[in-house]
Amino acid sequence: MTNHWVDIKNADVVLVMGGNAAEAHPCGFKWVTEAKAHNKAKLIVVDPRFTRSASVADYYAPIRPGTDIAFLGGLINYLLTNDKIQREYVVNYTDLSFIVKEEFAFTDGLYSGYSADKHSYDKSSWDYEVGADGYAQVDPTLKHPRCVYTLLKQHYARYVPEMVERVCGTPKERMLQIWETIASTATPTRAMTIMYALGWTQHSTGSQMIRAGAMVQLLLGNIGVAGGGMNALRGHSNIQGLTDLGLLSNQLPGYISLPSEGEQEYAKYLAARTLKPLRPNQLSYWQNTPKFFVSLMKAWWGDAASAQNNWAYDYLPKLDKLYDMLQVYELMHQGKVNGYIAQGFNPLAAAPNKAKMTAALAKLKFLIIMDPLATETSEFWRNHGELNDVDSSKIQTEVFRLPTTCFAEEEGTLVSSARWLQWHWKGASGPGEARSDLQIMAGIFTRMRSMYAKEGGAFPDPILNLTWKYAQVESPSPEELAREYTGNALKDLADPKDPTKITRKAGEQLAGFAELRDDGSTQSGCWIFCGAWGPAGNLMARRDNTDPTGIGQTLNWAWSWPANRRVLYNRASCDAAGKPYDASRALISWNGRAWGGADVPDFKVDENPAGGMNPFIMNPEGVARLFARANMAEGPFPEHYEPFETPLGYNPLNPGQSQAINNPAARVFPDDRAAFGKAAQFPHVATTYRLTEHFHFWTTHARLNAIIQPQKFVEIGETLAREIGVTTGETVKVSSNRGYIKAVAMVTKRIRPLKVDGKVLHTVGVPLHWGFMGTAVPGFLTNTLTPSVGDANSQTPEFKAFLVKVEKA
Amino acid sequence: MALQSLDIIRRSATTLPEPEARHAYTGQVAKLIDTTKCIGCKACQVACMEWNDLRDTVGTCTGHFENPHDLSEASWTLMRYTEYENPKGDLEWLIRKDGCMHCEDPGCLKACPSPGAIVQYANGIVDFHEENCIGCGYCVTGCPFDIPRISKKDKKAYKCTLCSDRVAVGLEPACVKSCPTGAIVFGTKEDMRRHADERIEDLKSRGFDQAGLYDPAGVAGTHVMYVLHHADQPGLYSGLPEKPRISPMVRLWKGSAKPLALFAMVATAAVGFFHYMGIGPNETDESDEEAARRELEKRP
Amino acid sequence: MSLRKSDAIVRYTAPTRINHWIVAISFVLLALSGLALFHPALFWLTNLFGGGPWTRILHPFIGVFMVAAFIFLWATVHRDNSMQPRDWIWIRKIRDVVENREENLPEVGRYNAGQKLLFLVIVFCLIGLLLSGIVIWRSYFSVFFPIDLIRFSSLLHAFCAFVLICAIIVHIYAALWVKGSIRAMTRGWVSPGWAWKHHRGWFREVTKSVPQK
Repeated sequence: MTNHWVDIKNADVVLVMGGNAAEAHPCGFKWVTEAKAHNKAKLIVVDPRFTRSASVADYYAPIRPGTDIAFLGGLINYLLTNDKIQREYVVNYTDLSFIVKEEFAFTDGLYSGYSADKHSYDKSSWDYEVGADGYAQVDPTLKHPRCVYTLLKQHYARYVPEMVERVCGTPKERMLQIWETIASTATPTRAMTIMYALGWTQHSTGSQMIRAGAMVQLLLGNIGVAGGGMNALRGHSNIQGLTDLGLLSNQLPGYISLPSEGEQEYAKYLAARTLKPLRPNQLSYWQNTPKFFVSLMKAWWGDAASAQNNWAYDYLPKLDKLYDMLQVYELMHQGKVNGYIAQGFNPLAAAPNKAKMTAALAKLKFLIIMDPLATETSEFWRNHGELNDVDSSKIQTEVFRLPTTCFAEEEGTLVSSARWLQWHWKGASGPGEARSDLQIMAGIFTRMRSMYAKEGGAFPDPILNLTWKYAQVESPSPEELAREYTGNALKDLADPKDPTKITRKAGEQLAGFAELRDDGSTQSGCWIFCGAWGPAGNLMARRDNTDPTGIGQTLNWAWSWPANRRVLYNRASCDAAGKPYDASRALISWNGRAWGGADVPDFKVDENPAGGMNPFIMNPEGVARLFARANMAEGPFPEHYEPFETPLGYNPLNPGQSQAINNPAARVFPDDRAAFGKAAQFPHVATTYRLTEHFHFWTTHARLNAIIQPQKFVEIGETLAREIGVTTGETVKVSSNRGYIKAVAMVTKRIRPLKVDGKVLHTVGVPLHWGFMGTAVPGFLTNTLTPSVGDANSQTPEFKAFLVKVEKA
Repeated sequence: MALQSLDIIRRSATTLPEPEARHAYTGQVAKLIDTTKCIGCKACQVACMEWNDLRDTVGTCTGHFENPHDLSEASWTLMRYTEYENPKGDLEWLIRKDGCMHCEDPGCLKACPSPGAIVQYANGIVDFHEENCIGCGYCVTGCPFDIPRISKKDKKAYKCTLCSDRVAVGLEPACVKSCPTGAIVFGTKEDMRRHADERIEDLKSRGFDQAGLYDPAGVAGTHVMYVLHHADQPGLYSGLPEKPRISPMVRLWKGSAKPLALFAMVATAAVGFFHYMGIGPNETDESDEEAARRELEKRP
Repeated sequence: MSLRKSDAIVRYTAPTRINHWIVAISFVLLALSGLALFHPALFWLTNLFGGGPWTRILHPFIGVFMVAAFIFLWATVHRDNSMQPRDWIWIRKIRDVVENREENLPEVGRYNAGQKLLFLVIVFCLIGLLLSGIVIWRSYFSVFFPIDLIRFSSLLHAFCAFVLICAIIVHIYAALWVKGSIRAMTRGWVSPGWAWKHHRGWFREVTKSVPQK
């Protein structure tokens, strides 16, 4: 979230799209209710199904799964053609005036530089024209034929309401009504928040859907202001923490990327991540990367990381490719993976194409399950009848089940969607032989370390030299880890302006990442968390909800990264002179000497606005990008591509161009491509989702949850039900090209057939819960049906739009 | 089970007044359920089960969102879902938390034959004291809202207590505590009515011209009230009664019939008694025997 | 009176007497348990049955038992209980009945009009009680009936019970009032004088075949 949960109450318009906050985030949704009740906010829900969120919405519009970019592109076109943009904001704070390279082009649904063989782009033309001074060229009049404004207008000119209706199946009048409501927030005193979740992420074009949403927010001037923002609602209590700590295969903590194969030299690696300003007097905060990186390496390898060995740069793996979930299971399926640790993860249930997953797991030599529950994955080898019809005698994988404690049985911190690190305390001790994940990981590590110490190996140094200074070697405490990842001084730190003054003694916790140094005198395991456990102690454990301004800025409640800042880009809530656009919900302002206010300024605190430094300090250009440059796999502007299993078979926006039907830059493995189904055989569009009553596959183990939603069902519309002769409560068989499930049919008015480009399409809703383990009625795993293809950037599987056939069982 | 801190003002099957010195002078309580804020998440159902130590059976899906399928001895509250297409052609998903309405004039209490099995506290809460319950089911007969359920196991009647145990010590009911959107609120009835007024004003501004409060006069008002988008059509909300009242049959049965019938029975016996005293027995004497004998002798 | 006179007339055979008393005892239990649940002032009567729940459990079973027992009684006596034209004269002369002036009344058969009416009332009340009782029998049957039928049945059950209880009070009083009646139902016989006085028609019929002494 750029903003935070409580801040949603400041919104004038709430757009819930690509998510179902009421269903999946009922507690956070209270702030939508607050905005409606006390801020007269209008709630808009755009979703293939009339959801629990829609049940309390002012406006609901149906949409065909996987066509959100068309809807949002249409909205961008509407805002630009009707001049419903916050002009001062966009001219000053976005790249609308930046001039793009002449070679950049977009024709027939493809951007310049496409290689059809490699399914990827040479992105060198996707950038600004840079002048001799090293700065990007701009045209503040926005008249330049190649300025971002002109290109943006051109790009979305095709997304007229009629086209959007054809692609999305959304009735035009309802669409225009919603666009008009959204456009009302283009004024500086009105704000809209966008709440999205996996309904956008889990598409082959998911990242671009989110970008399209962010672009709408920028055009409306809704980024950086109270009640605005792009708010990703995270699906697990600590999935924000997972990304923050770099648990993605190509990431280090704090959003520093791992080196690639081509970056064997430390200097080259660092240079690519130490970004010089692209415009005069811009902060370009990633200029500080060396401080963050060195502090990380010191935290991990201590004395073994020194200036002489480039801070142990050689210890880091250099990636030949992304090792995301789909890639790993592909390799596993090819028999190239020996062992797998599923830690708090249930891939048989959670990964696409269960048949492939089963075959892949069966090729492992060993599988370790660390989980508080007996997961489906841990039983993948056991025959559970039709629900898991495997031949156990043919599976040789050795499965170890290590019972862990659950979150309530340990203390530590969780990072919420709002980026808040909230310390929590143990509620009860774990049952039986359960151990915490920390203990188990420590046990594995110490054993591996002694094996390396005894037996050597190709390169034992990274393991042998890993810092491991915990009081109990086999059981590091959450406090010790927290102090380590937030950071402390390794030596006495002197004030750079006055070397005689010691600002921080060796061993002291640091107050923030501004204190980090690139000379090895500080350590911090995750620079964005630096200060969470500061000199004053554990700020994550704070529980003071004082809200002096009444707009929900409770700065003494827990701790928010970065630097306890609650609203990112909050400098953009003020005009160029530093005066808040909306004084009634001011976040910060310039008082003539410094920035300050209800939030921690996301800016250089003493920077006079007259100097022209812009609010988006993490970008070298200082402004927000409507033109993504080379940062996205499939192009600088989001373009609608059909889901890989398209019910149409063509892309109405780029008809006749076979390379632009689906995401041209997506990575699809040949076996997965062969497993795609066609609309002729599988005519219905399926989408998967969560229900309030359950959390994935865990709560079907919990009696209370099982009571309130006991059995697997699929939702189908009344028309489809009539067509296939099914009434509510009967069993249906839902098949895709990858397998079938059976479930109770819930026939509902909440899913209606959509008219898409002249065709009538039926949506089928398949909740992802239930499996063959647990207390609830045993059921099929939903991911038996789903295709194994991911977003071109994040490789998140396309769970939200695929083809099935529904029939009476 | 009677809690000292909750004063009983009415008791089932009791002919004399209850202690009346203490009253809820600071106002009776009410729970306000705002169906327009409710997202049907069922947190209230879970909170109810947890607080009251109830576990219904793990059932099945019947193609509807309601689970369990009905109120029961182990499910004192239940979300009910209705898909309603309004005259404009738009869909509305009307979700109502069903459960005891805690009527000011409770039909269950009126119908109950067992002294003290059903009580009403000074704060307005209607509570079942199962240790006095005989399992006759008359409360079901008396209830205008179809709420009480008789357990198949122990044949006792159960329903929402409005967490009288929590309220007694100054806490809100468990469902209120758990509601994530603030759709369920709790306070004095007066405050809840005021809160409802604000909500209704907001709803009217959003085009729900018939938004209103459900606090039916037929049962003298309820201590559980609803804010409805369509207060003119409560039946849309899974059959919420439009004009609930204690059935006239129940009123007659448990009202005037009781003393009148008893009086009539006593009167019948009294008439006999006084007839005996006044006119005396009808005896067969020797003359009758004689007459009988004579007649028999006359026979050929 | 304790010894049976040699010329005594049998009014009720032993099986009929037993049948009657089974019905009678059942009725008393039902009335007591029913009244206990009918009016709070009589709830204490549930103590006779082991408390409220036991009263609730036993009442309907006793009811079914009584109805079953009554069917036998009905089979025995219903033929003598059909109303005859002379019964209506009897009813019109109810004042003479009440004032013990039987000589003014038409000849009475085995049962007088009052007894016949009582019998009818019992039959109808029992049918009403049985049917309504099934509807309000919560443990087994109520679930099959709509709520308004349950409410109506509750009312009907109470009404029938009320009528029946009143009728039985009259019945019991009549037995106390007309001396010799109780013996008829306890010992089975009546004196010829009793029969001659109260049920002359029946007296003449039963003595037709009696041989002369």
